[in-house]
Amino acid sequence: METPDQAVLRRTPFHPQHLAAGAKMVPFAGYSMPIQYPAGIIQEHLHTRSHAGLFDVSHMGQIDVRGPAACAWLESLTTADLAGLASGRQTYALLPNSAGGIIDDLMIQRLGDDFHVVCNASRLADVMAQLAAHAPTGDCTYALREDLALLALQGPLAETVLQPLADVAGMRFLDVRSLDAGGLPLRISRSGYTGEDGFEISLPVASAAAFADRLLAHSDVRWTGLGARDTLRLEAGMCLYGNDIDETTTPVSASIGWAIGAARRAGGARAGGFPGAAVILGEFSAPPARVRVGLLPEGRAPQRAGTKILAADGREVGVITSGNHSPSLGKPVAMGYVERSVKLSGEALHIESRGQKVPVAIATMPFVPTRYRR
Amino acid sequence: MNHPDNLLYTDTHEWVRVEQDGTVVVGITDHAQDALGDVVFLQLPDVGRKVARTESLAVIESVKSASDIHSPVSGTVTAINPPVADQPELINKDPYGSWMFVIKPDNAAELDTLMKASAYSSSLG
Repeated sequence: METPDQAVLRRTPFHPQHLAAGAKMVPFAGYSMPIQYPAGIIQEHLHTRSHAGLFDVSHMGQIDVRGPAACAWLESLTTADLAGLASGRQTYALLPNSAGGIIDDLMIQRLGDDFHVVCNASRLADVMAQLAAHAPTGDCTYALREDLALLALQGPLAETVLQPLADVAGMRFLDVRSLDAGGLPLRISRSGYTGEDGFEISLPVASAAAFADRLLAHSDVRWTGLGARDTLRLEAGMCLYGNDIDETTTPVSASIGWAIGAARRAGGARAGGFPGAAVILGEFSAPPARVRVGLLPEGRAPQRAGTKILAADGREVGVITSGNHSPSLGKPVAMGYVERSVKLSGEALHIESRGQKVPVAIATMPFVPTRYRR
Repeated sequence: MNHPDNLLYTDTHEWVRVEQDGTVVVGITDHAQDALGDVVFLQLPDVGRKVARTESLAVIESVKSASDIHSPVSGTVTAINPPVADQPELINKDPYGSWMFVIKPDNAAELDTLMKASAYSSSLG
């Protein structure tokens, strides 16, 4: 299903395969992307939790940062402890603005002295602008790799499916390897955005479709669209940029303070030294007024982003930033920001939905236990 | 897409079956359920509620989005189908078996504004 106005959208190397698989294509961050296939979001979601889902995430930005000064330059822009990141490992990191807000959230991989950064498609222009505004002066270069595609293979059978093609069995969660699959160079990390075990596979655009076909030849692998990607990450309690974090939210308020490496915090070996550091580090000792929490609305109706959270006296104390039906739990789940005092007091909260009061409880995330291979 | 000839259709994608007693049974079309994707919630109106033609009287939510369901005619709700609200996934499996509510029309002439199957199918392009 393709509409004429999608003709101007960019296409990933897997576009013909999506159409052949019967995908519903939607515009997303300038790309034509599959939101779902004929099985539907719920079946795709459950298949990823029980078998293995294959996701085209080639719209995401992939940036190489190389040279002896790469580590120091990236540390000057991000919250991660990259000097302490071993070769062959990956870390989650934030790219903060000068006010402590989040320009983007990143995965940063290290192989030797070289780094590979994966950023959100919707934020690529802003990420590149931030890099350019603080362009490296020392012995370091960076380059957007538009010649690379990106696949995510997620689910309990991911290793079984991938091992015949590339030797991934010895990898642990957040390991990164440069591997050869019959002459095809792959950069594989054991990571993902679903809460399941799985892999993210960066590979040359020219060979990408053929490699996807080899994965799909396995009967346990199915294409899985952006719709299921969103419900999977919501169950895993992970932030979606633009919904749950943005340039106005700070890391501690977003409950992702763990993305600031210990060495980069107050008292650490290389404390601060990134944009917004004073604000961000200050929130560890003087907590922000609002914090991101998991939310369980009563009843069956999905409660979605933008819905206000109210206290018993009707006072507005928060807002839902992501919410949907949880296919794994068969009930609605959500996340959002509430006043920290409300989180601490445990007072009763509700939302107004179509004229009715729906109780909503603060809940621990993830909603579905993660199953990483640590 | 399947749009049976024995039904009438609205431009907001409800199907309408006119019964012998003049009441109308309403659900959503195969096209509508396909566009919505997996349905996870249905809120039905109260029996006895008076509605105007095109007024929203039920809400359907899928994993993708929420939509209103509109009354095809002015009238009174005389019955609802709670089993479908209990198992909203039935709407995807069997959109024409999954009726949602019955309306007793105030004015049967309003039925003339509805589309036949052929017209509805062509309206979808």
